[in-house]
Formats: sequence, C-alpha cells, structure tokens
Amino acid sequence: MGRRVLVIEDEPNIVAAISFILSRDGWSVESHADGQDALEVIRRVAPDVLILDVMLPGRSGYDILHDLRADPATAALPVLLLTAKGQPRDREQAERCGASRFMAKPFANTEVLASVRALAGG
Amino acid sequence: MPRSALTGTRIRERRLARGLRQAELARSVGVSASYLNLIEHNRRRVGDELLNRFARALGVQPSTLAEGAETAVIAGLREAAARAGEEVAPPPELDRIEEFLGRFPGWAGLLAVTQARVAALEQTVERLADSMAHDPQISGALHELLSAAAAVRSTAAILAETDDIEPEWRGRFHRNLHADSVRLAEGAQALVAYLDAAAAEATGFATPQEEFEAWLARQGYHLAALEAETAPAPEAMVRAAPELASTASRALALQHLRRYLRDARALPLAPFLAAVERLGPDPGRLARQFGAGLPAVFRRLAGLPGPGKPGQRRGAQVGLVVCDGAGALTFRKPIAGFPLPRFGAACPVWPLYQALARPVTPIRAVVEMAGRVAQRFLVFAYCQPVEPAGFDMPQVHEAMMLLLPAEAAADAADAPAVPAGPGCRICPREGCPARREPSLLAEGF
Repeated sequence: MGRRVLVIEDEPNIVAAISFILSRDGWSVESHADGQDALEVIRRVAPDVLILDVMLPGRSGYDILHDLRADPATAALPVLLLTAKGQPRDREQAERCGASRFMAKPFANTEVLASVRALAGG
Repeated sequence: MPRSALTGTRIRERRLARGLRQAELARSVGVSASYLNLIEHNRRRVGDELLNRFARALGVQPSTLAEGAETAVIAGLREAAARAGEEVAPPPELDRIEEFLGRFPGWAGLLAVTQARVAALEQTVERLADSMAHDPQISGALHELLSAAAAVRSTAAILAETDDIEPEWRGRFHRNLHADSVRLAEGAQALVAYLDAAAAEATGFATPQEEFEAWLARQGYHLAALEAETAPAPEAMVRAAPELASTASRALALQHLRRYLRDARALPLAPFLAAVERLGPDPGRLARQFGAGLPAVFRRLAGLPGPGKPGQRRGAQVGLVVCDGAGALTFRKPIAGFPLPRFGAACPVWPLYQALARPVTPIRAVVEMAGRVAQRFLVFAYCQPVEPAGFDMPQVHEAMMLLLPAEAAADAADAPAVPAGPGCRICPREGCPARREPSLLAEGF
C-alpha cells in the first residue's frame, strides 16, 4: 500500500486540513498550488494517490487529468478530483476525463480519508 | 362610423344604419331572425361564407365586419388557451372566444393581459436562469464561497474531532477558521449586493426591448422634439425618461434616438409629409425623391405623427418590424390586424425573412394575414448590411418590413397575396410548407 499523496489545490487552508488528516493517518503529503506546472510536479513526486482540484490557476484540473491519462507513466495513477460543482453533469465530465473518484466541495474529512485509502488499496 | 369590437356588434350597427329590420337582413342572407339575433349579440360565430353574405347584403367589405382592434385580445386569449394545452378540462371553448369577449370584455382583456404577463414572467425566469448559469461574476463568487466553506468545514471538523491536536496546529487552524469565516461573510455580502443590483436593473419583468418599445409607444413613435432645428441631445432625452429604468433599455433608446435624429435631418418632416401626400406611402418613390436609403424612408414613414387629418396617410397606420440576421425581431411597431409575436420566432413566410435571404433586393408584396377573415396588407421589405462593415468579421445584416393597410395601393385588394400568419403556434393555415410546429388552433379556429 502506497503512502505518498500529492494535493494540487490553490486554497491553502484546504491543503492544510487535508494534509493534517492524511499525515495523521500515516501518509506523506506534498502539495502544489498551480495548474500550469502541475504535470512536472506530479512526475517528480510520483505520488501513490493524487488529489486534484478542478479550478486551478494556470490550467484546469480536467486538462491536467486528460494529459495524465494520455501518458502511459501516469495513466493508472489514482486521482481524486475535487470540484466546487457537484451536479450530475460535472460528475460525468469528471468520469469522462478519467477521474478515479469525484468529490464536491465542501466535503467531509472522513470521506477524503476513506477515498484516499480506497484508491491506494485499489 | 366607429368600428365596434366584435363582428356581431358590427353587423348590428350596419343593419341599424341602413334601417333594416333583423327579419329583412336575415332573409337576405338566408338565416333565421332568431339566429341573426344570436349573431348580433356575439353568441354565434360567423363563418367566412356567411360573413361574405352579410357584407354583400350590407354593402360593405367583409373586412369591415371582421375582427379589428380586438385582434390583440383574441390573439392573447388563443395564446392563453394554447399554453393551457391539455391541462384544463374541459378545454377552453376556442370557437366561442368572440362571444366571451363580447359578453365579458373586461374579463377577456384581463385574461389576455395575464397571459402576456405569464409569457413575460416565463421569459424572465429563462433569462435569470441563463444569467445564473453563465454569469462569470456569480460563478466566480459561488466558487469562492464554496472553497471557503470547504476549508471551514474541514478545519472545524479537525478541531472538533481531534483530541490530541498539537498546539501549533491548533493555533494555525484557529487562524485559518477566522480567515475563512471573514472570507465567507464578505463573499456572501458581495454576492447579495451583485444580485440586488441585477434585480434593480431588471425593473420588474419587462425585457429591455419591451421597456424601450413601451416607452416609444407612449410617444406615439413620433418624437416631435427631434424634428425641430434645435433638437435636444438624445442623451438628455433618455435621461429625462424615468420609465427607461434599465441600462440596456436606455442603450436601445439612445441608439433609436440617434438614428431618428439622423433620419430627421436627412428627411425633414415638412417636405417628407408633403411628398407622402403627393406620392403616397411608396418607399421606393420617396427614396428616389429624397435620394435617401430605403431603411431611412421606412423608419420615417413609421415615425410620422398621427392620427392626422382625415384621409391623410399618417404614422398610426404604418407598422414596422425589424429583425437581425438571426431572424430575431429587434423592433416592433404594430399595426391593427397584423399580430407581432412578443417572444419567439415570427412567421417564416413574412417578406421580412424573404428580404433577409436576398439582401439589398427591395421586395413589395401583398400579405394576407390569417384570421377568421383574412386581412390584406401592403408590405415592403428590405435588407441591407449593417455599417460599418469590416474585413475582419462576418457581415451583419438587418432586415425591415413596412406594413400598410391594403387600401394604401389600388392593386392590393386583388393581387396575389402571400399567405402569412402570426407565427406557427397560433396560425390556422394547414399545409403550410414553412410550418415548424403544429398549430394549437387546428381544431378550434
């Protein structure tokens, strides 16, 4: 079971909360706040699970996810997509882009933890 | 003789004016006196054939007896019935609309007005829903609020559920909570302020175009102040019109006033009126006379003062419809008997749309507007590119259609006519190749 999570999210207080919860559960957490160079950071960190926000400065989470799935090195990386939009059509778009899981803000900490555990175990 | 609202009433007025008894008129048209009595009290509908017989017996044109000024109310009632669809049981008695209007003109008018308001409300809802979905301001504000709420929720849960939290983490989360709560409050206030401003802008339920057109209708479509040599500035006129409450309606009014001013300078009222008296309301001849473009002549004819002296062709008897390249009606000056849809698309066979398909080609046609007794109109249509054109964007067109009563031309009564309607939904014409949706009046018209 992998133990490294990368959080790409531009809201520092959300990053702080997620980092705290996951580190308490034994995960090593790194974070990044910009979409533009997110792919390079993902390749460098090589996380076991990626938590990816959709609305990022520089580049959207959907675009990043699309490129991840196109690259054989990251095509199978488990990705938990975070978005402020929770409508069915947003969920469908997340699935189309290749999200492993989808979570609408505001989310419960327990849900995030359970999702990361499940994704790492899967 | 002033025209009364309904066919039955008009037949009665004409009969009395000719000194005929009911029995005499009934005999000459081949109905019983008691049936005529019902007709004259608008309790029975008069079919086309019977109406022609009445017209012959009374020595008038059928259109004199047919529906006129009440067309808008009847169209409103039909629209109300159409909207109700199958939700009302028993269904509205479409074949007795005239009787209803004759017996309860107040209630009928109220229903028609209510119907118009419902349609306006529906459009407002659609507009607001569209704003909510696509307004970047609202979308951005909501995203900001949700992000702050997500941070607050996660942080508060950690503080509430973690017993052995380290002091430095606890302090950090308290600061984060405070910062996010401030962000939430400010974001919510900003959103409310934005929505309040948007609501104030909306000024009730009228669209900006309706607001502008209602204002223009109150001026009688003729802006006397702009005809003077020292005309006021259009901006000042718009500022002085409190009923133009929204920014968008003021922008439409300003655009109209500026164009009106240019037209008035190019075609001054006195010589233009004199030319109309001499040449008739023929846009082609008037355009040649003044060396002006057809669109300006169309607008001047529709903006003439009215009503004038008897027999004088004035603005009140001239309608004008303008559409953009997408076919959306951008200007409507109605004329009695020619219903113009408030929302949605109009009739595809209108010469307006023929002109749109053939830019810079003047079109003159006689149009027969569907109705219980079809009414004829002399129609001029023209489409031209909107200036200024450029090489870096698609050409934009605007089409116009001038509406005149058929009496405006000697040949209009017998010329082949374009069979048109008010729009498919409330048009009774069967087998029309241009129909895009079934008529809701198919059975009850």
